[in-house]
Amino acid sequence: MNNELRIMQNIYYDNSATTKVDPKVLKAMLPYLENEFGNSGSVHSFGQRALAAVDEARDKVANFFGSEAQEIIFTSGATESNNLAIRGVVDNAIKGGQKVHIITSKIEHPAVLEVFKYLEKNNLVETDYVEVDENGVIKLDQLEKKIKENTVLVSIMYANNEVGSVQPIESVKKILKQVQNDRGEKGLPLYFHVDAVQAVNHLDCNVDMLGADLLSLSGHKIYGPKGIGALYVRKGVKLAPIVFGGHQEYNIRTGTLNVPGIVGLGVAIELVAKEKGPSKLKEKLVAELKNISDIKFNGDLENQLPNIINISFLNAEGESILMMLDMEGIAISTGSACSSGSLEPSHVLTAMGIKPQWSHGCIRISLGRFNSEAEVEPFITALKTTIEKLRKMAP
Amino acid sequence: MKYTKKLLEHFQSPHNQGKIKNADGVGEVGNIKCGDIMKLYLKVGKNKKGDDIIKDIKFETLGCAAAIGATSMLTDLAKGKTFDEALNISKDDIVKALGGVPPIKHHCSVLAQDALKKAIASYKTRNS
Ligand SMILES: Cc1ncc(COP(=O)(O)O)c(C=O)c1O
Ligand code: FES
Repeated sequence: MNNELRIMQNIYYDNSATTKVDPKVLKAMLPYLENEFGNSGSVHSFGQRALAAVDEARDKVANFFGSEAQEIIFTSGATESNNLAIRGVVDNAIKGGQKVHIITSKIEHPAVLEVFKYLEKNNLVETDYVEVDENGVIKLDQLEKKIKENTVLVSIMYANNEVGSVQPIESVKKILKQVQNDRGEKGLPLYFHVDAVQAVNHLDCNVDMLGADLLSLSGHKIYGPKGIGALYVRKGVKLAPIVFGGHQEYNIRTGTLNVPGIVGLGVAIELVAKEKGPSKLKEKLVAELKNISDIKFNGDLENQLPNIINISFLNAEGESILMMLDMEGIAISTGSACSSGSLEPSHVLTAMGIKPQWSHGCIRISLGRFNSEAEVEPFITALKTTIEKLRKMAP
Repeated sequence: MKYTKKLLEHFQSPHNQGKIKNADGVGEVGNIKCGDIMKLYLKVGKNKKGDDIIKDIKFETLGCAAAIGATSMLTDLAKGKTFDEALNISKDDIVKALGGVPPIKHHCSVLAQDALKKAIASYKTRNS
């Protein structure tokens, strides 16, 4: 191999993992990392200028979700938002020693599933996991049947991060509304948490339309900085804090506010709101990918995020595909068993019932704001070469 | 996960990759856990002392970069060796020759070693 003659690409197709900070976001943040360093909790002018910036960002986030500013709580990211939503509801509900029941799906992000497992292991709650169909969409009839008298929380993601399948959130809303109506106004509240991390860039996130009582958002998936996120908490929803300290964020999420991060998140979400409809990049890529033999597209193709393609190649292993493309300067991700710490295929692919020979060669291509049409051709060429090479190596 | 330069070299341009037609011994192993499959082909010859040696060896692997790198390295280590010498190549020898392999990927090297054992055994059964 003549290394000098190889042209390195610089193609980033892993926008579901994280996104590049938008230059406009960075520009807005910089003053708050320099001279505007005040603590938004301070009474003096330094503090008050920081507080004004936080308030402005809070308005922008609230505006995006169609909520009140006081319903937005800033966190360190969606992992914390999910933890706070679930544990906050549970800790509050079990205060009197009641045994409560919570429901989620089998394809949630670990930031939901691991909280459920922790609560279950420590005997703090009863749990149920709704299954999905072969397209990675939750089975609504199962959800309906699993709701019990003591169910206090249902947590369902808006769109899945691996296969991009959009979940029937409005139908969940209807089911939960009916249960709440039957329980009556004085009955046990049944809250609905939506992990909207992957949906924010593409789908309507109005909390009333969704029927969400709690909704998680992450900065670094929407061209904002890492380490900042938010949780929407509907007025009247009672959450117990999971960290204890000062009085920030209505005592629900204490700790000095990440002012530069919050400013960045505000601008990031404003830019998302202004963005025009989805690009045609996905269609172009899908059309090209169809020319490769022995492939299978995963996910709900009728109702999939416009930036995610999940595809399996027979007789080529996912991590090898990833590594080989990486050597060409192309970034994608994989859910194959070889790439996971447990040597099991991704829990999402498994829940969808995808056969091992297909999950073995699965990759995710996730597009973003800074991808261009010019990348399609070199990507497809590199991918075809990679698949051909790996298939030739296979027995 | 961090692979060494050596491993990546073998992954990108594997040595002794392919089939041997009319091979004297073939060993195929599979890893039920992650779905990896490896196949080794041997051509057997004699050294000056008249012992059986691995005159040629080729591999086919469906698996991760570590599996491909390990089989490629193993074929390098085994080529020209007597059966006893080849069977003495341990997982650690492969890992060392690759300049290290992430611990979670050691099983891929074990698999390569198993494939070689099977290939030699298949030759022995055929010729006994
Ligand atoms: C659906 C979903 N939920 C939660 C998270 C966690 O977000 P964060 O990285 O902000 O903690 C991610 C990101 O990996 C995600 O895709
Ligand atoms: S072949 Fe699966 S981890 Fe190496």
